[in-house]
Amino acid sequence: MTGPGSDLVKTTLPRQIFTVTQLTAFIRTALETDFADVWIEGEISNLRAPGSGHVYFSLKDKASQIRAVLFRSAAIRLLFGLREGMHIVARGRLTVYEPRGEYQIVLETMEPKGVGALQVAFEQLKGRLAKEGLFDSAKKRSLPLFPKSVGIVTSLSGAAIRDMLSVLHRRWPLLHVVIAPVPVQGEGAGHQIAAGVQCLNEDGRVDVIIVGRGGGSQEDLWSFNEEVVVRAVAESRIPVVSAVGHEIDVTLTDFAADVRAPTPSAAAEIVVPVLSETVARLRSLTMRAAQIVSRHCRSEQRRLEASRLKLRHVRFRLQLEAQRADEVVARLTDGLSSSLLAHKRSLDRINGTLIEHSPLDKINRGLVVIPLLVERLHHQIRAVTSHRRHQVQSAIAQLHNLSPLSVLGRGYAIVTIGAGTVVKKIGDISSGDEVRTRIVDGQFDCLVRRVVPDGSV
Amino acid sequence: MAGVKFEQAMARLEAIVGELEKGDLPLDESLRIFEEGIRLSKNCLRILEDAERKVEVLVQEQNGKKRIHAFTQADEMEEKSPSEEQSEE
Repeated sequence: MTGPGSDLVKTTLPRQIFTVTQLTAFIRTALETDFADVWIEGEISNLRAPGSGHVYFSLKDKASQIRAVLFRSAAIRLLFGLREGMHIVARGRLTVYEPRGEYQIVLETMEPKGVGALQVAFEQLKGRLAKEGLFDSAKKRSLPLFPKSVGIVTSLSGAAIRDMLSVLHRRWPLLHVVIAPVPVQGEGAGHQIAAGVQCLNEDGRVDVIIVGRGGGSQEDLWSFNEEVVVRAVAESRIPVVSAVGHEIDVTLTDFAADVRAPTPSAAAEIVVPVLSETVARLRSLTMRAAQIVSRHCRSEQRRLEASRLKLRHVRFRLQLEAQRADEVVARLTDGLSSSLLAHKRSLDRINGTLIEHSPLDKINRGLVVIPLLVERLHHQIRAVTSHRRHQVQSAIAQLHNLSPLSVLGRGYAIVTIGAGTVVKKIGDISSGDEVRTRIVDGQFDCLVRRVVPDGSV
Repeated sequence: MAGVKFEQAMARLEAIVGELEKGDLPLDESLRIFEEGIRLSKNCLRILEDAERKVEVLVQEQNGKKRIHAFTQADEMEEKSPSEEQSEE
């Protein structure tokens, strides 16, 4: 070590006595020379931020601590807010605060240990603005479908503006574009971007605003995370589309915008439709309407025609029905009279038959016939009676002739045996039998002495 | 704003076609809204025809005044600052 420290040792020999101020000045010079640019890492404690804007705290680790100061000029450049207990990495120089004889480190820059300062700042601001409601989805407005005029807040240099204009005019060739030219990175860019948004709002001619820039590093895009920009976008009366960097880049402006486009070109596509498609749509709508209406007219006409036809048909049918009615009546009359006639005829026939079969006639005829019949009957009876008498007389004579008794008169006898059995054959008797013999005027009993059959002699 | 008028006209035209497509309107009512639709579509086309391609640059001056001028290729050069945009795309 070749600083004032070693000088101090040498100069003690002649018993040079320093005042406190002198010594302190020596120490200060020594520290400031040897520790003009150091990196330090530690935890923040005893954080104090008085009205002056300077920030005071201690940096400590497990065993030691050192006083640290962040002067206002450095503090305002700090992107994130300091917190008690935060672990940071800082760069600064050592110095001595002479009134108190305390050495301290004056920090120039610092960032949170582990994550980048920007990241922490981003999260902190995001949290704070979200709490304020700047990112509320309820606040998001829908974009106009057919903006007549589009505002763009971006840099006039760079590819972004050229890409956007080219896409916008390709899709909607007659678009009115108002550009608010702003620097999109670096010191003060944020304020200018915010002013650009406000300026277009005051101008009032545009229907939608695109705020953005092309891709870049996180630091390049940082302006779009600045509170002033985020607020201007959130407060814009005109709907805002954010288009910062590439798809993967997310800024707080994106959260505050009504619509986030992944790239400037995409933003241009989002804000305007394609004119030719719109014209085609317009034509097709008109055509469809015309087709529907003419179809409607035709169908109404057909209905009318059908109704008229139906009416005519009805009249025709009425006539037809009248005719049929007439016919039916005629046929009914005809039928009725013919059936009446038929019935009358058959009635007449029956009547005729009836009359034909009337008993009166018979009776009448009977009155004539009966006396004749009676006469005939008498005559016949008389005839029959005489005939019968004659017959009886001859029968009596025959009877008389046939009577055995008449035969007996002529000398014949009848021989009976036993109880009266007539002996007709020789075999009927035998010798010794008693027989009765009847002659014409009496009878006598005989004893058979001998039986002599014919031929036996 | 013409943009709004156009948008409303398109929306109304779509609604009219939708209404006609439903097909439950009496003929005279269909004819009435059909005429309205035709009028709207003519207006829409006229709005499109009347549009004028224009690119303007709106600059806020230091004194708070605004200045508008047409955008030209020269603007790109004029606005370019050496420190800016080096890393962009």
